[in-house]
Amino acid sequence: MPRDVEAIAEQVFVALADPTRRAILAALAAAGPATATDLSGRLPITRQAIAKHLALLAEVGLVTAEPGERRRVRYRLRSAPMQVAQQFLAALARDWDGPLGALKDHLDRGAREPTAASIQETRGNHD
Amino acid sequence: MAFPDRIERTVEIAHPPTTVWAALTTAEGLGAWFGDEATIDLRPGGAARMSWTDGFTAEMRVERVEEPTVFGFTWHIYGLPEDDPRRTYVEFTLEPAGAGTRLKVVESGFAQLPDDVYRKAYDGNTEGWAKELGELVAYLDAA
Repeated sequence: MPRDVEAIAEQVFVALADPTRRAILAALAAAGPATATDLSGRLPITRQAIAKHLALLAEVGLVTAEPGERRRVRYRLRSAPMQVAQQFLAALARDWDGPLGALKDHLDRGAREPTAASIQETRGNHD
Repeated sequence: MAFPDRIERTVEIAHPPTTVWAALTTAEGLGAWFGDEATIDLRPGGAARMSWTDGFTAEMRVERVEEPTVFGFTWHIYGLPEDDPRRTYVEFTLEPAGAGTRLKVVESGFAQLPDDVYRKAYDGNTEGWAKELGELVAYLDAA
């Protein structure tokens, strides 16, 4: 695996591990680009703390700064690193043990029609 | 390596490869143990689809068909947007083991990153905060 892929994913997970940064990213995802002042009106965090976290998030490329109104910097969420991190989550969320167990059970039952119980069981095993 | 690019499982199944092959490569088989319903056009490039009664569906593209030993397909990476071009490759390998079958499944490609995604994901890091601020200052000066 390219090291850079993992570095991008790691920055996402590090950012998400902090509750304040999680709240900032969630606010940008939910309501679109915002300034530090906008965010301080919506979150129970000081404007200074928000500005510090936004600078950190911009440094690692999880938000971008753009010109806003009244000479304020507005921040926008960057989704590309999130999509990289999602790939790693996809690997962790992939369950082959469930379907392979269902395959064994299916073959052991022979060519009989699947029962309601077995359908239920198979359903529970996909993603 | 903290995250897997590749997931691998091997199971011993008490049925011959031809029986296992049918379960993996027919609509009837896939719809019985994997999905709740399935369709499959069993040839390289053919489309396959599984659906579940809860509304979830999986679209697959058949890649390798070497009866009764290798069956491979690609599918969408779970969790990524619908229009994302990245797909993982799933390959089943069947090998006789006594009266039964040793079935291996390998799913790979979780850590792939095509050029455009790489650029999109990384430009913010390499060009950085200083450039953004520079652009801001230039913009404000021009206004």
